[in-house]
Amino acid sequence: MLFQKTVRGTRRRRAIGVIAAAASVALIATGCTTTTTSGSGSSGGGDTKNLAITFIPKNLGNPYFDTSDKGGETAIKEFKGTYAQVGPATASPDAQVSYINTLTQQGVGGIVISANDPKAIGDALNEARDAGIKVVTFDSDTDPAYRDVFINQATSEGIAKVQVDELSKQIGDAGEVAILSAAANATNQNAWIDLMKKDIADNHPNIKLVDTVYGNDDDQTSFDKTAALLQSHPQLKGIISPTTVGIAAAARYLSTSDFKGKVALTGLGTPNQMREFVTDGTVTSFALWNPADLGYLAAYANKALIEGTITGKEGDKFDAGKLGSFTVGADATVLLGDPYVFTKENIGEFDF
Amino acid sequence: MSGLRAFARARETGILLALVLVVVVTTVKNPSFVFSGDGWRDLLLTPSILVLVAIGQAIVIITRSVDLSVSSVLGLSAYLTGRLFLDVPGIPIILVFLIGLVFGGALGLINGALVAFARVPALVITLGTLYAYRGINVVWAGSNRINASDLPKDFLALGTGSILGIPILAIIALVALVIAGWYMRNIRSGRELYAIGSDPDAANLYGLRVTRRIISAFIVSGALAGLAGVLYAARYGTVNSQAGTGFELDAVGAAVIGGVAIVGGSGTVWGAAIGAVLLLTINRALPILGVPDFWQRAVVGVLIIGAIVLDRLLALRQSRRLVEARDDTNV
Repeated sequence: MLFQKTVRGTRRRRAIGVIAAAASVALIATGCTTTTTSGSGSSGGGDTKNLAITFIPKNLGNPYFDTSDKGGETAIKEFKGTYAQVGPATASPDAQVSYINTLTQQGVGGIVISANDPKAIGDALNEARDAGIKVVTFDSDTDPAYRDVFINQATSEGIAKVQVDELSKQIGDAGEVAILSAAANATNQNAWIDLMKKDIADNHPNIKLVDTVYGNDDDQTSFDKTAALLQSHPQLKGIISPTTVGIAAAARYLSTSDFKGKVALTGLGTPNQMREFVTDGTVTSFALWNPADLGYLAAYANKALIEGTITGKEGDKFDAGKLGSFTVGADATVLLGDPYVFTKENIGEFDF
Repeated sequence: MSGLRAFARARETGILLALVLVVVVTTVKNPSFVFSGDGWRDLLLTPSILVLVAIGQAIVIITRSVDLSVSSVLGLSAYLTGRLFLDVPGIPIILVFLIGLVFGGALGLINGALVAFARVPALVITLGTLYAYRGINVVWAGSNRINASDLPKDFLALGTGSILGIPILAIIALVALVIAGWYMRNIRSGRELYAIGSDPDAANLYGLRVTRRIISAFIVSGALAGLAGVLYAARYGTVNSQAGTGFELDAVGAAVIGGVAIVGGSGTVWGAAIGAVLLLTINRALPILGVPDFWQRAVVGVLIIGAIVLDRLLALRQSRRLVEARDDTNV
């Protein structure tokens, strides 16, 4: 779902982009005056830093963001700030705008947001920043012009590597493997697949990638493609599915097939989707980032911005509690680290 | 003897032969296509859900309508199934099946009533409800998802389990097929559906209850899609707001390939069911035969066009024969 949404979103985004462009033209006249007044209004900060940080997830009631925001709450409690969470019920492109505007008027210290759209919320965010509010994006970024820092969950290289590593561990670093991807033109997945191919060629000479099939992020298609893979490649040792829909469908097929336990499966999944299959032994491990850590890091980055420890410049360093020290990279981006591997032992701690 | 000749002449026979051919060729290439536990099960299991939807679709198309909303009805019913198990702990499985049937039937009733009373072509009405029902599903489900671990084990077992080597879903589909096939062939109201599809005006003049029959055809199609939704949840175990997207075209395609004329009045639910099996079996066979992923849709397209061309040729030949027969008797 995570990936399905980003992929599907691009189509909508183009239309929204046009609307947003038109809207921003219309807003220039009014926008100028608002910026100056609100800028002077918030300048009474003084010495005590305003550590009131509000999380805006893509939508409320989404277990993924419940987990990440809980991580943020833990961090904010640690540094004795004030945590709050607001957000829309559905993840439509401009639904977050009114919440940002309200927070700007309330004069919070910082906003941590997962953007439903890279542009639609840009003006609202810039107004907030003009009012002195620090803006951190996580999970989904906006255009860099609209935020101070983006917390990136993982790099493409890290995502590709963890999947190949997990599979190679499970199949003894040798044998035929296949990839069950999302749509054939899915940008993220294709980038990862290219990196995985390179990783396999360079570091795992005994692993042979025999096929890549596309389940279109559809349960049924992914399910049937898994069946076809297993039939057309009787020697198959493992499957990598770098999409949450694909891995769940493949696991569901494997769990009731003759190949259960004989063909390894790994990839990117969410614990709630995969719990059943990890518990029954169909799947040994799968990867994703830990959303709680993501929210935790975002909260600390926001604190560092509010306190002026960092400004978003490349090379800025800040401390993030139990996660240690982090450095701001290019484009004001902070990398959480390597993806998190979920296994039978730790899956019980997660609910998203 | 006449039974055998009728079988050889039947429109469905060609499709059945094509199906057997696909299965045999694929099995020669890879015996596990049929002769392995998974292969045998998938051969019967994969088409079961589409067979149900295609039966309903065939009945509607025979009355010279079409029901494009089936995929959204299926999706809504699948999500409802998940929600029932989540929100009403311990709900009996049989009750969930009944609710799925009734719920689908109710959505079908809306379709049928709009088509029959508003006198707008079914293509337009059901295209509208295709989007409307899916929209409701998106609003309702949001980004939530039903996971396999949310559903009872017994229910999930229905989706993959077998009785005497035959998957339960295939048995359900077969029962529905036999009932629908018998009804459409032997029961007066079933025959009236053909009459309405052949010539709605004549059927009306003759005194058939056209409105009522059309509405019931849509109710049956909706109810079968609703049932298919419950089975979808049992089989795939994961349901989000997009479950079943694209099923409507598969269902129409299955009916057309199976010899149900898109202009109504001819074809059988048996044909549609065989069409559904052929469609999905080809999908599974092509990768084994080494046809790349991207060509598979093209093959399905060729199949549909081929079926329509064949239909047209057969119709022309028959009308020529009828004309000859008339001329002969006149002389």
